[in-house]
Amino acid sequence: MEELTFGEEVLNVQNLHTYLYTRWGIVKAVDGVTFSVSRGETLGIVGESGSGKSMTALSLMRLQPRPAGRIVQGEVWLEGTDLLKLSDQQIQRVRGRDISMILQDPQTSLNPVFSVGNQLLEAVGVHNKGIGRKGLVARAVEALRSVRVAAPEQRFQDYPHQMSGGMKQRVVGAISISCEPKVIIADEPTTALDVTIQAQYLELLQDIQRDTGLAIIFITHDFGIVANMCDRVVVMYAGKIVEQGEVREIFNHPSHPYTRALLDSVPNLESKAERLYSIQGQPPALWDLGTGCRFAPRCPYSDQRCYDEYPPSYTVKGEHTADCWRLEDANWRMEPFSGQHT
Amino acid sequence: MENGTVLRATHLTKHFPVTKGLVLMKTIGSVKAVDDISFTIDQGETLALVGESGCGKTTTAKLVLRLEKPTSGQVTLGGQDIHALKGADLKRYRMQVQAVFQDPWSSMDPRMRIRDIVSEPLVVNQKITKQETRDRVSKVLVDVGLRPQDATKYPHEFSGGQRQRISIASALVSDPRLLIMDEPVSALDVSIRSQILNLFKDLQGQYNVSYLLVAHDLGTIRYMADRVAVMYLGKIVEYAPTEELFTNPKHPYTRALLSAALPSHPDIRRERIILEGEVPSPIDPPPGCSFNPRCPVKIGAVCESATPRLESEEEARHPVACHLHNDPYKQHAAHKAGGDAN
Repeated sequence: MEELTFGEEVLNVQNLHTYLYTRWGIVKAVDGVTFSVSRGETLGIVGESGSGKSMTALSLMRLQPRPAGRIVQGEVWLEGTDLLKLSDQQIQRVRGRDISMILQDPQTSLNPVFSVGNQLLEAVGVHNKGIGRKGLVARAVEALRSVRVAAPEQRFQDYPHQMSGGMKQRVVGAISISCEPKVIIADEPTTALDVTIQAQYLELLQDIQRDTGLAIIFITHDFGIVANMCDRVVVMYAGKIVEQGEVREIFNHPSHPYTRALLDSVPNLESKAERLYSIQGQPPALWDLGTGCRFAPRCPYSDQRCYDEYPPSYTVKGEHTADCWRLEDANWRMEPFSGQHT
Repeated sequence: MENGTVLRATHLTKHFPVTKGLVLMKTIGSVKAVDDISFTIDQGETLALVGESGCGKTTTAKLVLRLEKPTSGQVTLGGQDIHALKGADLKRYRMQVQAVFQDPWSSMDPRMRIRDIVSEPLVVNQKITKQETRDRVSKVLVDVGLRPQDATKYPHEFSGGQRQRISIASALVSDPRLLIMDEPVSALDVSIRSQILNLFKDLQGQYNVSYLLVAHDLGTIRYMADRVAVMYLGKIVEYAPTEELFTNPKHPYTRALLSAALPSHPDIRRERIILEGEVPSPIDPPPGCSFNPRCPVKIGAVCESATPRLESEEEARHPVACHLHNDPYKQHAAHKAGGDAN
């Protein structure tokens, strides 16, 4: 493996817009998203369903649903190349080799009629033409070993149904890292797993990252995972990034009312809350967004300007930014919504 | 509690036969899905069952709902064995015990109006006039935070959170004494979860109903439950009041489960007990304590040969099925606890 230096920017996304052209109108699933991720770093993208987090991830690999989904604007720079300008053939070579994905449900990521070895070989083979079958098998077995599958030579022959959920997700992980990508996009990879298996899997990802300097983009709705896995966080709401920054900074000083509300509405393990905060209403329909802040109808701090005009990004501290009109006043402090996370 | 016991399960056991062959089916073993468990639920109280997939928590819920017949043992509601009920008594039982399931999309008939979905438990089990049905449906819809006009709509007109409210309305319309909730918020978005959890709490006071909560999210359990039963491979391994369990977990499995749950803040560092391996097959559970192959504090031979006994509720306030906490080994336990207290 080539030498990797930690901390160097590997993926940079600029002003990405992915729209879905549907019967009901244009759905602005991703509406101007800018972020970057460095080697050895884990970036968390947090949001609810419909916030555009998965669509962002798919757009990075140009896998947005077609023909409805179109990337209408933006740049995705991977080490000097704008992925959005590549031809279909060129992007095919990037997928799996430079950026790969781990999806939520290992059951549907693996093909039930092929052995896991076969599926690993396919992944390895696509990007390593001309090293011969023996070489491919060796690499595939090595990949299985690196995700700590016991007796990889034997498990190589197994079919997905012979494996447990945690084991299958490891195989998916092995496929993802088999071509030594620079970036892995993990879209809720542990949602289908039990807590003790989740803990094993997260530890495995961290170990692999430490060894290889992978950049991981972790898509999740679980702040527990963010707190434990991520270096930086991006909070998305209705297609826009409303707040981003270093993970401790976000947890200690959430500055967008949506982030604060999310943190305060999750029951935590460390103490018993008398009552949870609950955000009123529901996420907005994405084909019917006004010009203002999308969170305004559910926000306890909103006023008329919030409905009329989308706020700019204000810098809270260092890299920590949030899109909220209230931050115009540098002295404004948001009260916690409940007794938690003070 | 002050109002007495609503539901009592004694030595409840459910074994599913494992068969071989299509025509001449031979029973070659059994899955001990639920193996000799006892618990009680008091009026207005919430008992939570927690454990990993395959531990028997859903089977237990099904036994209480009369969707499965126990192999041995019994469940009594108000002193009557629910599996022996017939005729009018059975109808009364069905009014008194209701359920709310995980997925509000698949638990409702898309062709029925909300009014018919909500009133079904009344219409099926009781002679009731149309006017009275309509009044009760309106009242319960208001109680769960919907509007009486919603009664004429169809399920597809509602979001996930609203659908879950409809499920709750349907469960509460017959004024039950016990509500079985199988993962009631896991399919919902984070910002909707806290709305529903708070609603459950409010309704519990209003209807004086007891909850049997099946969940895997420990934060939810700490927020909702009065008492918790931790299950592993069909057995209850620890049974304690919620705060007691979270502040002083005794069973090594409970400790591992708590440590595997992710802390809610990046600054919280918890001792991580990562369990090796996965839950063994319930067809062929290990001899002795079924947790012994994964147990980090195994004492020795006794764990592999003798099944630890769980004291009854009358005997102990905080029963634990672990040799470490049984009399002859208490010394040992005290010694070990000094080394690995978290």
